[in-house]
Amino acid sequence: MNAVTSTPAAAAVRSRRRLGDRFGDLALHGLTAAATLAAFALLGGIAWKIFDLAHPAISRFGLGFVTHQGWDAIHNKFGALDLIWGTALTSFLALLIAAPVSIAIGLYLSELAPRGIRLVIATLVELLAAIPSVVLGLWGILVLGPFVGKHVEPWLHAHLGFIPLFDSSAENSGILIAVLVLTIMVVPICSSICRELFTNVPTELEEGALALGATRWEMVRGVVLPYTRTGVSAALILGLGRAVGEAIAVTMVIGAGYGIHWSLFRTGDTLASKIAAQYQGAASNIQLASLVYLAAILLVISLLVNIAAQVIVRRFSHQRLAGS
Amino acid sequence: MPAVAPIEIAQAREAPLSAAGREAVFETRGLTVSYGKALAVAGVDLSIYRNLVTAIIGPSGCGKSTYLRSLNRMNDLIPAARVEGEVLYHGQNIYADGVDPVEVRRRIGMVFQKPNPFPKSIYDNVAWGLRVLGMKDDLDGRVERALTQAALWDEVKDRLKKGAFGLSGGQQQRLCLARAIAVEPDVVLLDEPASALDPIATSKIEDLMHELKNEYTLVIVTHNMQQAARVADMTAFFTLERSESGGHGVLVEYDETPKIFTQPSDKRTEGYVTGRFG
Amino acid sequence: MAADAGRYTLTLSRRTKRRKAVNLLMQGIATLAALSAVAVLALVIASVAERGAGALSWDFFTKTAATFGESGGGVANALVGSLVLVALATAMALPVGVLIAIYVSEFAKPRIADASKLVLDVLNGLPSIIIGVFVYGLLVVGSGQAAWKGSFALAIIMLPLVARSTQEVLALVPATLREGALALGASRWRTVLGVVLPTSLGGILTGTVLAVARAAGETAPLLFVTSIAANTVTWDPRQPVLSIPVDIFALSESPDPADHARAWALALVLISFILVASLTARAALVRYRSRLER
Repeated sequence: MNAVTSTPAAAAVRSRRRLGDRFGDLALHGLTAAATLAAFALLGGIAWKIFDLAHPAISRFGLGFVTHQGWDAIHNKFGALDLIWGTALTSFLALLIAAPVSIAIGLYLSELAPRGIRLVIATLVELLAAIPSVVLGLWGILVLGPFVGKHVEPWLHAHLGFIPLFDSSAENSGILIAVLVLTIMVVPICSSICRELFTNVPTELEEGALALGATRWEMVRGVVLPYTRTGVSAALILGLGRAVGEAIAVTMVIGAGYGIHWSLFRTGDTLASKIAAQYQGAASNIQLASLVYLAAILLVISLLVNIAAQVIVRRFSHQRLAGS
Repeated sequence: MPAVAPIEIAQAREAPLSAAGREAVFETRGLTVSYGKALAVAGVDLSIYRNLVTAIIGPSGCGKSTYLRSLNRMNDLIPAARVEGEVLYHGQNIYADGVDPVEVRRRIGMVFQKPNPFPKSIYDNVAWGLRVLGMKDDLDGRVERALTQAALWDEVKDRLKKGAFGLSGGQQQRLCLARAIAVEPDVVLLDEPASALDPIATSKIEDLMHELKNEYTLVIVTHNMQQAARVADMTAFFTLERSESGGHGVLVEYDETPKIFTQPSDKRTEGYVTGRFG
Repeated sequence: MAADAGRYTLTLSRRTKRRKAVNLLMQGIATLAALSAVAVLALVIASVAERGAGALSWDFFTKTAATFGESGGGVANALVGSLVLVALATAMALPVGVLIAIYVSEFAKPRIADASKLVLDVLNGLPSIIIGVFVYGLLVVGSGQAAWKGSFALAIIMLPLVARSTQEVLALVPATLREGALALGASRWRTVLGVVLPTSLGGILTGTVLAVARAAGETAPLLFVTSIAANTVTWDPRQPVLSIPVDIFALSESPDPADHARAWALALVLISFILVASLTARAALVRYRSRLER
């Protein structure tokens, strides 16, 4: 230390600085920790508030709400069964179509596409995810619905009407259109996760299969798909979560129908779409509480699905690191 | 323990087999491989003979692996790779129009530098190729024979259904060898098969090669001269030739192993095997 | 040797020909799937463009909806409403999101960091209708709708996006940069605020733009919170405002084709904004990442 820095004034500045630093460090640590705590509190608060709001309906109907069919606003008797069925039917069917399509797109983008257009097509598929659900819903009622109602459904009914899925007459809104719209929303999410998974398969594993004289497809079937099995399942579960929670696009195209049936051409309803449909206000307090009860059921399903997917993803990546 | 000079190994070992009178399984004529604009290996004229172990040695970066991979069209997997010249396999150019790499690779197997078993059971690792190629009769027998030939059967016969990742590095590499020979190839290419292994595992692989050459033709790339001196019947020496764009590999000398190590014809070969450079 | 010739032939056996055919079929299916996705995107954009372009006009952007019975009018109130909602939501979500990201990346122990990321990912996966119902119950019941309450709902949606993308960018900042600053004697907070954060600014910006694009298109959180509004242009966040997506939703329920035309036009404005924002943000992110990793 030279003459300048060893004066009492300099020492005072240094110690003030050190105090300021210590305070600043503590303040930053505290502030950021508080923000993170707020996020945890938010998640808990959302769950708590929903169940709190739904309480009048929960105490009135109990768990029987889940098994009761029918939504009677006149007599204030409400039940979730129709909507749980609608949610399950639309989401699982959408996943049934979206799963092979997403895997195929993921494989195309990771194994097949020429280098030059790989990024272009990947970006275009991701842009599909950026389209707001209200726009897809608008397209659904005014374009897809009439097309499917006028051309696809009559054809299916005429040729395959013996299958319960296709047994009623065609309309411009209904479960089939909701399934198609949900598929369009789920595919981009699942396919981009799948693309990343497939690209990350170690090259030496692929080369080992090809060196034996396997075709590219045989290599995919024997090495790529088994290797990414867990991650792909997580991706599909995440897609299911998206389909289960979609309110706007579904409510615009599904036609607000009732009943537990398999017919895809009829109208129906899901948990999320019913809540959205009544946004302009409920007739009575108990009706409002019942709507929030629906939201509570939706919350439970959505939490289970999303947490399951996240846990699988995390366990999968740990597995990968341990195995190699 | 001081390293034994390759020249002494070559002088001390039993006489290698001669190429005289043997059929040429491979004949490369003017083989040139480039990745995009960069030349990797140029103008290689070389013949690989039946039931011999042929080693390819040379300093790193001289295109040894590139040359090896062009023998089973594995370079096709690299988008920018371009192959010129001819690779004749029993007289047929494997790069001719209409020749499918799938058919080529069925007859020419490969073992890689880093063991790469499939994420399957030990049994399925060997059986997968057999199933895909339609050799499903007596699957159990074929799997056992392949594992025996790779000197792995005794060590794994009680845990065939367990995952391959549970094996040690040396065992995994022998599994990869078993998987390659299970489909009854004509040739087995080995790209530095022991470089990731410990000395004991390495010597096991080298002993295997003496056995395997009775049934297969083996081509091995190695950066370890002593290894080449120990196992190879014929040895090819590659080196780096400087050019404006950097460097590319060329074949310098190709002869019976003892001759390469004791009386090399080319000064560059002599410099390499006596350790004066590279 | 002639007897061997058959054994070593490279012509395709019947079995290999079949395997090659299967391979080709699978490749065709995969290509078809990818092209279908692109086709759907093109179809949707084309529909919106075709049906929406006609209703675009100067009046469209500057006037509010015509009174019942009259023709003409526009969607100025929805445009302004969306602007107010998203701007306020960004002001709420951005600071909190960045703070969370700093905590996870600079201060948190690994276990807590993992738990925080899980909470963020779960928040991100919550259906937006549930967030709408939550904010309704928390803020609207008893006191009425207001724009700032809608912004709060949108901020909840933006928060995990901003936090996660910022955290990923912070993780890309090379450790040597941090260590260099600390070695000079700089304190933790000076290092973070003076060195790490400025380096990450580009990435934080693009992550925020992507979150804005998402919030601009959300309808469900606003339905219960700010959807019934007066037909005037208002910049006051204490009033309920109409937003573009909610307007599209409401117009779609009407039987009047003129309303449908307006809905298509609004949709055109909305997806134009979202697509341009998304593409530029992604391109910027790619360039920013490659610069950091050099």
